[in-house]
Amino acid sequence: MAPALTAGLGLKPLHFDEALRCTAPGLWWEVHPENYLAAGGPRLAWLEAIRARHPVALHGVSLSLAADAPPDTAHLARLAALARRVEPAIMSEHLAWSTWRGQYLPDLLPFPRTQAALQRIADNIARTQDVLQRPIAIENPTHYLHIDGHDWLETDFLAELVRRTGCALLLDVNNVYISANNLGFDAQAYLEAFPLHAVAEIHLAGHHADPVHGDALLIDSHDAPVAPAVWALYAQVIARTGPVPTLIERDDNLPVFSELLTERDQAHSALTAVQPEDAPCS
Amino acid sequence: MQLSTFQDGFCAALLGPAADAQWLLALESQPGFAVYRNTVVKGCIDALQANYPTVGQLVGDDWFRAAAAVFARAQPPRKGLLVSYGEGFADFLAGFAPAAELPYLSAVACLDRCWTECHLAADATAVDRQWLAQQTPDTLYQASLQPHPAARWAWCDEHPAYALWQSHREGLHPNEALEWTGDGALLTRPHAEVVWHPLSRAGTAFLDACAKGHTLEAAATSALNAEPTADFAALISTLLDAGALIPTD
Repeated sequence: MAPALTAGLGLKPLHFDEALRCTAPGLWWEVHPENYLAAGGPRLAWLEAIRARHPVALHGVSLSLAADAPPDTAHLARLAALARRVEPAIMSEHLAWSTWRGQYLPDLLPFPRTQAALQRIADNIARTQDVLQRPIAIENPTHYLHIDGHDWLETDFLAELVRRTGCALLLDVNNVYISANNLGFDAQAYLEAFPLHAVAEIHLAGHHADPVHGDALLIDSHDAPVAPAVWALYAQVIARTGPVPTLIERDDNLPVFSELLTERDQAHSALTAVQPEDAPCS
Repeated sequence: MQLSTFQDGFCAALLGPAADAQWLLALESQPGFAVYRNTVVKGCIDALQANYPTVGQLVGDDWFRAAAAVFARAQPPRKGLLVSYGEGFADFLAGFAPAAELPYLSAVACLDRCWTECHLAADATAVDRQWLAQQTPDTLYQASLQPHPAARWAWCDEHPAYALWQSHREGLHPNEALEWTGDGALLTRPHAEVVWHPLSRAGTAFLDACAKGHTLEAAATSALNAEPTADFAALISTLLDAGALIPTD
């Protein structure tokens, strides 16, 4: 039986050689498939070399599932080909949109959670899963704006997507912390309402305060260690879920590899300390 | 509100001047709206900076990011594959007024683009010297070869674009004066990583002809027309050793 995934790291070209050699138990690597949808060449060779030694997860950032349009069929086909090549342990995407009327906006954009949006996104997820021939996990977004016109709470919206499509969820605890701070809701209450039974992966990352607005506006910058308050929320989550594969996301201001590995080991230790049988999912 | 209406308005407010609809004003007036605006612009500029590192070295971060912001507004990404974003950047720089004092910049950008395309292109098995040795003179000239999917080549008449590009890529920062004549470049991926070589005018003409499906004889004629003094045997050796050619389908 393959060893269980515990804590993983985002794969950075800068750390490739160390990543390849690393033998930490339970380690896995996550990449953005957009960086590997090449026709050939060294990128795919790197990814296949890593995959030969470790489980790999594909975490998409540009399918634009919350756009009021079906996902790009050519992109989906290439993603499916990459998935066949890599056989990822987990595939995931965001509850957000980024491509609109032929233009890509490199961000994960918000929308009003209306009944119509629910229907559209459920269709988009179902279509994606049909092409990929596997379930995907949908990540809760980071929020910076109060938007009028929501028909659904985000936790209920996600639960309904799970019910309609059979998708899984990717719970980004840092996103919950930031959104709660920025929009003024209670992070613990959000997590209590979150459909934890569907969570296939957890993300942890660092954030920083906006240079102008300070702590009133936290930015999901992935450029710092995970904050203590986020670790605390994470501990509460895994006490309820039991061990769930957990990724430390770090995309900017990269430290040396050993520093990332130390942070990853903290999540690994937390995961190995919780007992699945003691923790019925809520 | 329809989801598409929201996305039309949000998109316009992200990229354009202040909105007039009340619901958009209510979003734009929140401090968080700037986070999206900044992230979208930063994403485009960061991608261009990653894809045009030599241009960045020549002009410095501030100049590059200012120019990239203008380009990103004019030619935003169409797809989420930012690793290949910026196809039109070299042409853009050729017509970009602030770059007028650096007339070689566009040709250097073209070589950065060659690197990206070479890096991402499909794999294929190149022909080697052994293939050449197996040909008889009769079959050789009527045979044709095509450029490897990863091979990219460029010629610049006015500036030593390749010499500038190569010295920056290799971290040489030459202090001695360059001989200011045109030059050419060949980028290939013979093993895993992208490698580069100087390429004569004859070499670029030869590869252009191969790309059009011409026979080796016709390609050789093109090469010698472009540069009558070219050492054709040496050119073929360079191309084969670089893995620049594959059999025709």
